[in-house]
Amino acid sequence: MKIAIASGKGGTGKTTLSTNLASFLAEKQDVVLVDLDVEEPNAALFVKGDEVEQKEMFKKVPKWDSDACTLCGKCQEVCNFNAVLKLGDEVMVLQELCHACYACSELCPSSALPMVPVRMGKLQYSKKDNLSMVESRLDIGQEQAVPLISQTIDYVDSKFDKDTIKLFDSPPGTSCPVIEATKDADYIVLVTEPTPFGLHDLTIAVKTMRLMGKRFGVVVNRDGIGNSGLIDYCEKEGIDVLARIPNDRRIAELYSHGELLYPHISEFREQLEVLATKLSEVKKDVQ
Amino acid sequence: MKEIVVISGKGGTGKTSLTATYSFLGGKDVVTADCDVDASDMHLLLQPDFGNPQDYYSGFVAEIDKDACIACGKCIDVCRFNAISSDYEVSPINCEGCGYCQHVCPAKAINLEEQNIGDLYVSNTKLNSKLIHAALGVGADNSGKLVTKVKNEARDVANRLGIETLIVDGSPGIGCPVIASLSGASYVVLVTEPSVSGFHDLKRVYQLVKDFELDAGCIINKYDLNLEITAQIEDFLSEENITHIASFPYDERFSKAMTQGKTIVEYDKWDLNELVKQSWNKIQELI
Repeated sequence: MKIAIASGKGGTGKTTLSTNLASFLAEKQDVVLVDLDVEEPNAALFVKGDEVEQKEMFKKVPKWDSDACTLCGKCQEVCNFNAVLKLGDEVMVLQELCHACYACSELCPSSALPMVPVRMGKLQYSKKDNLSMVESRLDIGQEQAVPLISQTIDYVDSKFDKDTIKLFDSPPGTSCPVIEATKDADYIVLVTEPTPFGLHDLTIAVKTMRLMGKRFGVVVNRDGIGNSGLIDYCEKEGIDVLARIPNDRRIAELYSHGELLYPHISEFREQLEVLATKLSEVKKDVQ
Repeated sequence: MKEIVVISGKGGTGKTSLTATYSFLGGKDVVTADCDVDASDMHLLLQPDFGNPQDYYSGFVAEIDKDACIACGKCIDVCRFNAISSDYEVSPINCEGCGYCQHVCPAKAINLEEQNIGDLYVSNTKLNSKLIHAALGVGADNSGKLVTKVKNEARDVANRLGIETLIVDGSPGIGCPVIASLSGASYVVLVTEPSVSGFHDLKRVYQLVKDFELDAGCIINKYDLNLEITAQIEDFLSEENITHIASFPYDERFSKAMTQGKTIVEYDKWDLNELVKQSWNKIQELI
């Protein structure tokens, strides 16, 4: 089963929940925690294991072969991303605009734009007891998170069987990286806080999940701050509130040290138990 | 014109609350651009009138005309995004709009529809200052392009009104929306928090700022959550020649102000008010 932990707003506690839930579930079963927040991956700061594999990750982009090129201009004509430009007697490829659709490469009549790999980041796979951890990290200056997220999910699919619980720590927001990280998930846990910012960004995340036809529920973090707007919204929309994590300065302090919370804070552990029970019901439905 | 871009790497550090406060303090002498288009929350504090809405179109989605389609399968073969199902339905979530399918379709059964990815507003705030902001459409991609559009619009407005300072709220991460918000910046304000993840993300996003050769200052929010990491951040700032603009305590008045739709200087008339005003004065001196 694949569960994605997402949120609209950043800093609402996605990584806190993912790392704690992964460790908690791994007390009894095989779990892989996958850090798909490739721009700013943090899960490994909280969950440590022994390295199993490390690999460089590449995406494919076209590379101009000036000898083969007849300067017909077809490549520029077919590229919808303005990533291939014919300037005088040269063809220029703007790698960061390229979506790797292969159109220019395969429609070129003289095969002058072969697809070649360029590095976009690296992946690390580590493991301790039942808990595996896969993290991908985008190289600084790379603009596109989506290809790295997509390849990381493929890697996880190839390494872990269906029975392993897969938890995807997703990037913040609601645009392309989030869609990539959640589109394969069986269930999405949206983490938010009961403030106007948290509520506003959640409503966009909810619309996105509904557009994708996803099953989802909400975890309220820092419960007690803000106002009742979030809970009222969830009631009105018929959205499951899966768990409510109390607002507690001790949590913020433990988090700041990179510590897991549930071994120290019993209320947090109780909420994880509630969440785990709900997720096991989801698992039955999925099967 | 001076462009102050506020970014954080990690979400939830208080970036938007502070940026809105600086916009409030700048009043009619500044134009503000909310470039965190994935989670645009500035309007919740600045209460703009959502003026001059413009639809924003970017990118395409393929549409297959079932009557014209001869089910030859060529489109399915060339699509790298698994966007076309075996019964020739296009998934708008998966489709990148590259148009490769359209080029190979022998029956000319495929059209590309331009996507409305959001609305852009040139608003008057409650102070009668200008806020340029956007609502990204649900499930839209290309948020980097929308960021550029918001920024360009804000520059035009500032030029028209003869305003010298632009304040930009950037998005979390290091990818395309952040790179788009940094381009053209004259000064970068980094908002961080003393947690292992906050510091980790600060270092990554600063690497990007450094690659752009931009001057930067840093605000350590919630500094008293972890004095040890605060000290490490301060060391990092001095090693990298980043101005330490200010440190603010962990204080729920920030959340309370936000819950009332107020900036911190409207909500608090005492110590926090003074601290935040001082930091704004310092930023103005630095630029």
